[in-house]
Amino acid sequence: MSLQRFINQALSDWMKGGGPDEDIVISSRIRLARNLTDIPFPLIATREQLEQVVAKMDKILEKSKNNQALGTLELLRMENLSSLEKKVLVEKHLISPHLAEEARAGAVILSENESISIMLNEEDHLRIQCLFPGFQLNEAWTQANSIDDWLEMNVDFAFDEKRGYLTSCPTNVGTGLRASVMMHLPALVMSQQMNRILPAINQLGLVVRGIYGEGSDALGNIFQISNQITLGRSETEIIEDLGNVAKQLIEQERQARKRLLDSSRLKLEDRIYRSYGILANARVIESKEAMQRLSDVRLGIDLGLIQGVSSTILNELIVLTQPGFLQQYAGQMLSPDERDIRRAKLIRERLLTQEI
Amino acid sequence: MHCQECGERPATLHFTKIINGQKTEIHLCDVCAKEKGEALPGLNNSFSIHNLLSGLLSFDPSGGSAETAYAQPLRCERCGLTYAQFSRSGRFGCAHCYRVFGDRLEPLFKKVHSGNVSHHGKIPRRSGSRLKLKREINVKKQKLQQAVANEEFERAAELRDEIRELEKLLSQE
Repeated sequence: MSLQRFINQALSDWMKGGGPDEDIVISSRIRLARNLTDIPFPLIATREQLEQVVAKMDKILEKSKNNQALGTLELLRMENLSSLEKKVLVEKHLISPHLAEEARAGAVILSENESISIMLNEEDHLRIQCLFPGFQLNEAWTQANSIDDWLEMNVDFAFDEKRGYLTSCPTNVGTGLRASVMMHLPALVMSQQMNRILPAINQLGLVVRGIYGEGSDALGNIFQISNQITLGRSETEIIEDLGNVAKQLIEQERQARKRLLDSSRLKLEDRIYRSYGILANARVIESKEAMQRLSDVRLGIDLGLIQGVSSTILNELIVLTQPGFLQQYAGQMLSPDERDIRRAKLIRERLLTQEI
Repeated sequence: MHCQECGERPATLHFTKIINGQKTEIHLCDVCAKEKGEALPGLNNSFSIHNLLSGLLSFDPSGGSAETAYAQPLRCERCGLTYAQFSRSGRFGCAHCYRVFGDRLEPLFKKVHSGNVSHHGKIPRRSGSRLKLKREINVKKQKLQQAVANEEFERAAELRDEIRELEKLLSQE
């Protein structure tokens, strides 16, 4: 398969970019945790009970096949997927590693453009997720909310007057809502302002993580900022708070980029062009270096220093150069050394096959 | 290395404590560690494994120790999860656990959710209609008090009638 065709098939909408403030915000995500009444939570439920959850969802999907608002939704059972297919879904942020590897009777409902994914039998019976490109928290919430309403017409969710939506983990109870924005903040990192900003964000009840969630590094200067509190505030308040912090970060990143250009343009240019040179020529590259170089190139594109390369290259390649994708593209299992070679090749080709 | 309690069996549990730069090492075998129970030698007796976990989850430790004192542990009758299991794993077994463990959860929620203990967000459309009515009544009652305070008696009378209507609806459900 040609690289262009592979990429066209492999990309979810969120990787194609195009949303508001896409120079800084890569994606916006809303997740709602829901559980059915009368069935124990997945960690304790029997396999039969978990199968009931999947069967119920299957039936709802069947019933509402012609629901135009949501488009075509497809239910995939984890047991019918190969481990490579599951890995690819994880790398696209559509399912969690836990659902891929450990969940019993796990399944996922996906929309055609992959902006909707509903995980079944992860930590909770349902995890409704909506993922949009750029800064579109409100749009993602509107969609997640309507999916929640649609499902609620057909099943009873565990809900308590005082505690709200009941979830397996006490950190999700109430709204069950986790809103997050993934941001590319290279200038704030370069000017060492992130160390000052991160504690302040934590004090506002928000959490900052690396690109692959809890415990992961901010590889490629990509940060995920999400709400910690789910109880005591309404969904719109939570989203507004997060949105306001994101807006401030966007503003600060833009200012930092400008300051860097003004004060040390040559140094910045040198760094960006060196990274471009390495990506365009390297024969072996580890993922950590690839992420950092891609971050530099993306910054170069945003600053107008590099032309003729699509601005979605970072969004795409951070996903496509992951182990699962590299192996899928190669059509075979690869050792880490082989992956470093394939990664370098894929990036070189991608820089050449740009269709702007 | 031998167990420092019995001096016979090999030590399998090793602890190091450092207080004001003074380092003390404790080496125990499985049997002695079990016999010593939760109170480890050289450590404050209140420092039990259970207290440590409860502390991490910020649970009421008196609730925890009451459980070991009485024969009947607090257990969710639907899914079988005990409160002790919950405090170890930090995960509920089912929706009913929330009711069974009740007010004991308050400190945990406060800690995790910045002092908040009650839901102010979305209510399920279908199953939550009763709750919606209740919330509406509460809002109108507050407005009524305000109207009375402002001596807007006509508005107050209107609100009173609306509240009566809603309460009628609620009792019919």
